[in-house]
Amino acid sequence: MTKLEHGSSGDFPLIFERSQAGRRAAQPPKPAWESLEVLLGAEHLRAAPPKLPEVSELDLVRHYTGLAHRQFSIDGNFYPLGSCTMKYNPKVNEEAAKLFTDVHPYADPDAVQGALELLHNLQHDLAEITGMDAVTLQPAAGAHGELAGILMIRALHEHNGEGAQRRVVIVPDGAHGTNPATATMVGYDVKEVLTAPNGEVDLEAFKAALGPDVAAIMLTNPNTLGLFETNILEIARLAHEVGAQLYYDGANTNAIVGRARPGDMGFDVVHLNLHKTFTTPHGGGGPGTGPVGVKAHLREFLPAPLIKRDGSRFDYDYNLPHSIGRMRSFHGNFGNLVRAYTYIRALGREGLAQISERAVLNANYLRVKMREIGFETAFDRVNMHEFVAQPPKGMKTLDVAKALLDYGMHPMTMYFPLIVKEAMMVEPTETESLETMDAFVEVLADVLRRAEADPNFLAEAPYGTPVRRLDEVKAARKPVLRYADG
Amino acid sequence: MNYLPHTSEDLERALSVIGVESIDALFADLPESLQKPELDIPEGLDEVSLLRHLRALAAKNKAPQANFLGGGLRQHFIPSVTPHLAMQSEFVTAYTPYQPEVSQGILQATFEYQTIMSELTGLPVSNASMYDGASSVAEAALLAVRHTGRRKVVVSQGVHPESRAVLATYARPLGIDIVEISLSELTTPKPETMADAACFIVQNPNFLGYLEAMPPLAEAAHAAGALFVAVCDPLTLAVLAAPGDYGADIAVGDGQTVGNPVSFGGPHFGFMVVSEPLLRQLPGRIVGETTDRDGRRAFVLTLQAREQHIRRSKAKSNICSNHQLTALMAAVNLSALGPQGLADVATKSVQNAHVLAARLAEAGLEPLTEKPFFNEFAVRTPVPATELRRALAEVGIAAAVPIPEAYGLGDVALFSATELTTEDDMTLLTGALGRILAVQGEPVLEASYD
Amino acid sequence: MNLPEALLYSPSHEWSKLDGDILTVGITDFAQDQLGDVVFVELPTVGTQVSARSAVAVVESVKTASDIYAPVSGEVTEVNSALTDAPETLNSDPYEEGWMFKLRVSGASELDKLLSAADYQKIAEAG
Repeated sequence: MTKLEHGSSGDFPLIFERSQAGRRAAQPPKPAWESLEVLLGAEHLRAAPPKLPEVSELDLVRHYTGLAHRQFSIDGNFYPLGSCTMKYNPKVNEEAAKLFTDVHPYADPDAVQGALELLHNLQHDLAEITGMDAVTLQPAAGAHGELAGILMIRALHEHNGEGAQRRVVIVPDGAHGTNPATATMVGYDVKEVLTAPNGEVDLEAFKAALGPDVAAIMLTNPNTLGLFETNILEIARLAHEVGAQLYYDGANTNAIVGRARPGDMGFDVVHLNLHKTFTTPHGGGGPGTGPVGVKAHLREFLPAPLIKRDGSRFDYDYNLPHSIGRMRSFHGNFGNLVRAYTYIRALGREGLAQISERAVLNANYLRVKMREIGFETAFDRVNMHEFVAQPPKGMKTLDVAKALLDYGMHPMTMYFPLIVKEAMMVEPTETESLETMDAFVEVLADVLRRAEADPNFLAEAPYGTPVRRLDEVKAARKPVLRYADG
Repeated sequence: MNYLPHTSEDLERALSVIGVESIDALFADLPESLQKPELDIPEGLDEVSLLRHLRALAAKNKAPQANFLGGGLRQHFIPSVTPHLAMQSEFVTAYTPYQPEVSQGILQATFEYQTIMSELTGLPVSNASMYDGASSVAEAALLAVRHTGRRKVVVSQGVHPESRAVLATYARPLGIDIVEISLSELTTPKPETMADAACFIVQNPNFLGYLEAMPPLAEAAHAAGALFVAVCDPLTLAVLAAPGDYGADIAVGDGQTVGNPVSFGGPHFGFMVVSEPLLRQLPGRIVGETTDRDGRRAFVLTLQAREQHIRRSKAKSNICSNHQLTALMAAVNLSALGPQGLADVATKSVQNAHVLAARLAEAGLEPLTEKPFFNEFAVRTPVPATELRRALAEVGIAAAVPIPEAYGLGDVALFSATELTTEDDMTLLTGALGRILAVQGEPVLEASYD
Repeated sequence: MNLPEALLYSPSHEWSKLDGDILTVGITDFAQDQLGDVVFVELPTVGTQVSARSAVAVVESVKTASDIYAPVSGEVTEVNSALTDAPETLNSDPYEEGWMFKLRVSGASELDKLLSAADYQKIAEAG
């Protein structure tokens, strides 16, 4: 594992602090002599240039190389973040994306047939993988896909004359925060249903929440505890019985891809996070990509355009009479669509099933290994691609997580889902070897030993990272959000 | 091809540690009817076959000999150093920087990005980025509705049509009333139009490439108690008045032009920069400066209580992922260019566009208007613009973005030039236009813009 | 747990003090301790009519945001704007300098539903 070194004393400089007037790195073509006052009019021009950094190319290289060395990443570190699916991002995906960087979305469709064909193929592949009838590739992230999906459900109810009647979206109490936030953005009220003692949706509570006012139910399956909702077929039947639509939050698709399909479970709408299951890079927070699949009855509500095939020619399909409209400009995060397509074609159908098989195998292996050294697991049963653990009594999850950083290991997701105290949500993914997970367990054991020997050890950790625990209260009380000269 | 590390011994060992007989046993919770669907997906490919397939697809795109396509996205100079630095593994394969002790790379780079966007826009508070220009326009409108408690949004038709389409998608379920102002009415918006508006959204340069007189429009918004939202292209802000200078409360836009390739429309990033009083209403991630327990300067995601993972149904937006990596590309690129480099790019683009406009006029494509334009502009086309675009594409020239019919301007196309446009490119274009137009009829003039 | 006897309490961890028809409202010592360091306070607008149990203010710590509810119906007559610049006052002095807003009570009968210090303590201890 790549450990980050605690640097020498002094702060790592900001790019602005490296700046010297008159230095420059890149040299674009020189302008001609005509003045902008004449071409544009002086009243449109700014009085003083923006204070951008002025650095040489080598300064720039040292700066960003230095910053890269102050950063954990999948390529450098084990990263078992639950719900985030931090698997290896294949390098060939990056090569594939470079083949399309100069293609312009407003070019004549006949000049971009390759790009359109790729999108058309991907629409097909994702529909096939999710068991849905049509797919939009437009949404820019998982949350954006959720918004598109719930907007379509709302449009469907309005189309059926039930818009005023259906005001409620049901989400489990363990749901990702984006689910209730999305429902609010679409103007719906949120009703939470509790989790039963076995870690699944409480079926009785769910039945009680259902009614003619329910527009949609948003579920993650397996849920955020890493457990498969064994009543899913019954849940879908009950939902449809009251005329509600069933929404699949695809954050946990890595557990089932190739082995089971949301469409077969009875879901009407599905979003996928291509940056989770389909290896497009997380990029330090994005860009993600959140395609949405729907069953046939929702097809005409999809954002336009889709990509259609007409013989051997591909074109845009704007013929969606009840479309919710555009979700974003152009055709979504195309570069990431190329990466995901490359990954799907590399794996093929057998490879897709192996993703979920090995992801579930690894997660169960790690769960058993962590229990052996004293971690509790919230539900003692076979889990899917992730599981929720708790530290031994008296220890705080935050402290254990911070101690891991010194060993070059990224912590698990902490304090989520909210329904488990001191939750540690662990997702190793299928691309990690048993040796790496064994090493992780050894590190955890070492942390526990040192914590027992020295009660202050955990509270002070980490010790050797580029910076140590931060004063987050100060950051929030008096926000400093940009560099101010002097 | 797969990316799995397990040997057959590993598989056996893992199963025995778990205490199950087979992988299938791990999926026993799934109802039988769901198990192992037959997928209509081809078999996997080795890397050579895979790249052959992708190159074959890429080869079906026609790489143009000369490119004049715009419409908000343009191919500008990206120095070699930019992708080399921004696309380092540590940035590309990092997660959201929730563990600040080991994420100072992304966090500091984002703080620098926020500073750069603040400098360009002349407004103090930038978030860490949005999805794209269109969704940032929509989020700006929602912010204004939250802040003012009003439910009407006034928007210029000079705002990119796709941005207005996304705005409509976001606004509709919330019952927000959208009022569009046509380009001909924009200079003097009626007080009754502006009354009770949460915000007034104006793009400069507008979708057709022309400059708007922003200060009086900002005044008109403020006189009605509305926020003024400037939609802008950061490249133009090297030389154009900053939104903060003319009183904009919010600046948003698409950042593609300052460091990301067009990539068939994405991913790029949207930006949002606001005035101080709107800080707590800002959607999305924000990085702030603080100190660590040893007193060192350090950076951290801050003001998180606005966000969905804490506020859930009461969050300011459902946005979770931002466009970190593409925003980083822009920050690196703008640091590489510096103020002079960016001004050179902007100036040369404007100059080339004016040469191009003159050449097109000589070739028979009349300008739509004499208003000042930046580096995109609209011309009347004697044939439908889609036909002209196709005819040019057939001879290897990418040009003539059709203006949507909704403008009511008749056959009009957008052309653009950048600092990369050469004399040869223009000669190629005018030569081709001469041949194409020689076989076409006379132009039909329609409604005017001025 | 510091719970002044003279105050009235709500199960959602607000304290209230009645003076004529004006009710002063803040959060309890227990609540500030649970929240941790308060970093931001969002206060209602003076003149707003609020109903009992409706969310009227927000208290944020680094990792949480909690709604503060009106104990009874009434009109907001005053807010403690000093908290905007010094939210830490809610931690250091929740019952005096840390008051949040004042209501002119319109639902006087609702006052009967508020809790004594002893009854609130039972709720707080039960978690």
